[in-house]
Amino acid sequence: MLTSITHSGIFVLDQDEALDFYVGKLGLEVHTDSDLNFMRWLTVNVPGDPDREIVLATPGPPAMDEATAEQVRELVTKGASGGWVIFRTADCRKTYEELLAKGVEFTQEPVEHFYGTDCALRDPFGNAIRITQPAPEPYDIPEPATHA
Amino acid sequence: MSRAVEESNRRLLRARDAMDRTYAQPLDVRTLARIAHVSEAHFIRTFRETFGETPHRYLQRRRVERAMFLLRETDRSVTDICLDVSFTSLGTFSRTFRAIVGESPSAYRASADVTAAPACITMAWMRPSSFGEAATPDRI
Repeated sequence: MLTSITHSGIFVLDQDEALDFYVGKLGLEVHTDSDLNFMRWLTVNVPGDPDREIVLATPGPPAMDEATAEQVRELVTKGASGGWVIFRTADCRKTYEELLAKGVEFTQEPVEHFYGTDCALRDPFGNAIRITQPAPEPYDIPEPATHA
Repeated sequence: MSRAVEESNRRLLRARDAMDRTYAQPLDVRTLARIAHVSEAHFIRTFRETFGETPHRYLQRRRVERAMFLLRETDRSVTDICLDVSFTSLGTFSRTFRAIVGESPSAYRASADVTAAPACITMAWMRPSSFGEAATPDRI
């Protein structure tokens, strides 16, 4: 029986630049930054939540050949790598304003929905990130058929 | 070569994101090409090569997707929604909506279910792919 998610990974194109962004701008903490000789094992976590790490990995040999790594980099920069992360916040609009002031590239301003308020941004490489402030449950789900 | 492709992709993605973000405002190719740091002709060509459709088509689908969202989740009138997503005439909006979705805005509203998914998920996955060309994927 599985008990929790401890690590999940996304591809980044440069780990130093990834640190600048994920730690310097988003405010995550470095969990592990370790030179394993064959690779740099770099993980971050939300402050106060060290049991859930995000692995920031670069595509390349020997895990994958250079031609494959090139394809992965192209997909990442197209926003199509499939790697993305959703964070929770207590105040979406405030978080948005703070990150905007730091020069974070938003793809969607905060929008209110019945399930909460969310906004979306990209990391420097093209990965999609979303930030959600959940609405109090139970949700008040609208019924569009009654609008017609 | 690879780095050049990556940089081009990222700039084009930035322009595409601008369409996703500011679909409610008038947008022209000059503005988007400037975001991508390329000429207008180069922008249209490379955008199509990179994302498989012209910027104009991408934006139309985005506007219709957001209109579908507003029809599902709000009680705003069809005319208001048409203007919300930056169509300037109700006729063009209705015609484009029908061409993409296959039914009128009000018929869509009457039949649609609310989608309990976050906006960026619906924006990514519910942007309608049908525009006639979806049935012939081998077409360039």
